[in-house]
Amino acid sequence: MSQNQLSIQGVSRVFTGAKGQRTQALQPIDFEVKENDFVTILGPSGCGKSTLLRIVAGLDFPTTGQVLLDGQRIEGPGADRGVVFQSYTLFPWLTVAQNIRFGLRERGMSEADQKERSEFFIAKVGLRGFENHFPKQLSGGMQQRTAIARALANDPKMLLLDEPFGALDNQTRVLMQELLLGIWESAQKTVLFVTHDIDEAIFMANRVAVFSARPGRIKTEIAVDFPHPRSYTIKTSPEFMEIKARLTEEIRAESMAAAEH
Amino acid sequence: MSQMPSAMVAAAPASRPAAVPVVAPARRRALAPLEPIGTRARVLLGLAFFVVFVLVWAIATLGGFVPPTFLASPPTMVKEGWLLFTEYGFIGDIGMTVWRVFGGFLLAAVFAVPLGIAMGTWKAVEAFFEPFVSFCRYLPASAFIPLLILWAGLGEMQKLLVIFIGSFFQIVLMVAVTVGGARRDLVEAAYTLGANSRGIVARVLIPGAAPGIAETLRLVLGWAWTYVIVAELIGSSSGIGHMITDSQALLNTGQIIFGIIVIGVIGLLSDFAFKAINRRLFAWAAL
Repeated sequence: MSQNQLSIQGVSRVFTGAKGQRTQALQPIDFEVKENDFVTILGPSGCGKSTLLRIVAGLDFPTTGQVLLDGQRIEGPGADRGVVFQSYTLFPWLTVAQNIRFGLRERGMSEADQKERSEFFIAKVGLRGFENHFPKQLSGGMQQRTAIARALANDPKMLLLDEPFGALDNQTRVLMQELLLGIWESAQKTVLFVTHDIDEAIFMANRVAVFSARPGRIKTEIAVDFPHPRSYTIKTSPEFMEIKARLTEEIRAESMAAAEH
Repeated sequence: MSQMPSAMVAAAPASRPAAVPVVAPARRRALAPLEPIGTRARVLLGLAFFVVFVLVWAIATLGGFVPPTFLASPPTMVKEGWLLFTEYGFIGDIGMTVWRVFGGFLLAAVFAVPLGIAMGTWKAVEAFFEPFVSFCRYLPASAFIPLLILWAGLGEMQKLLVIFIGSFFQIVLMVAVTVGGARRDLVEAAYTLGANSRGIVARVLIPGAAPGIAETLRLVLGWAWTYVIVAELIGSSSGIGHMITDSQALLNTGQIIFGIIVIGVIGLLSDFAFKAINRRLFAWAAL
């Protein structure tokens, strides 16, 4: 439990533009995530927090440094790190059930096992009765629930989420937070969750890492000690408000710094 | 007055003046830009064109404004068309033309679609073929006919090759663009789900591009129809194009026009069929 599962070591990222101009997205970052921990990365938009998540996912590569997962260097994307993106990335030509089975099929799991696992996760995210719907027939919230089920069905070591509820309306977003937290509470999994929403960051996390404005680095880390299972009612508690006030100050300073650039 | 909107009734004073004008409900203007029209109006307008067209044609020919040598009248055209079927075995010509179109088109598609997919998928393959294919795309298929006659004679092979050249390069480029335009986020999602390169091509790029590829094939089939007639105009002894050349020699404009109309009708039917098949196969794309 207390083992460091993910180890980000001196990771920085510099993007080179078409005319050779260099933009530093990330300053060298050192960060550790323990097994089964739920960590949110909070920061203003454009601070590089998504870049860090993409590097962990193996979809982008660090300019310096390296990322280790269970001591193994990450060299590219893989099924051991499930990713949920902000944009809706369900395969539009596959049904809900087929989308959830995609990764299982790619890894050569038997038909019977695929069916069993997909049914389990369909039930888990509350999509019974929608198995044969195409993504375009679903609401945004249902599409993201399918995407979470698709990522979890692969039984990854880590779940990486890049503002997965960012495009949803506020009510749906709150319900999705509770759903994801409920899943995490019932079946522990290491989670790295990127967001710019302060409430979301506090409500879900055991630890909030605050990103600075670009070039991004981790400015502060705040432990969130509310016991699990958590109820939405904690959001109005004085302790929650206190953490929120502190994070609001931190983010505000960074947003203003970002606006000056 | 019972249909007066309630808001107006409420706003009106108790002792209403006698001369309140009855307000018609606001309506969409039919001729405003981009304003949709009803299905019935659409069909009627579509038919109206043909009515006007035939009417103008009839007045021009039957009224004696155009000499019959240059342009046959509608009734003559229908009569000549009937004769074509009953006396001259026109159905055989139609069969020949249809076989050439589909034969040449299928031959082109079988080779062009895989090459297009490969070009869309691997940038190195694209870099190798793209300049050549783009160059060939602008070569008019009809300009190859003399060369193809030298190479392949006057047989069926030459006709098929004309259609092949006319279709192949178009299909390759359009398929390559469709496949290359695949959504990157779907590809990334597939990688994070454990797909390898083969899985990406077979289960992300191809299914994602399939509706676009089918649409490309539908378009190019339409162009294949124009190539086949050109191929049949030169050095041919059967087919709709050959019948048209024969009729030209005999100054039989009725048969020429009938032939052209038959080509249009067959093209329209095959297009409808293609559209219906695509809608069925790729129902998800139309959602």
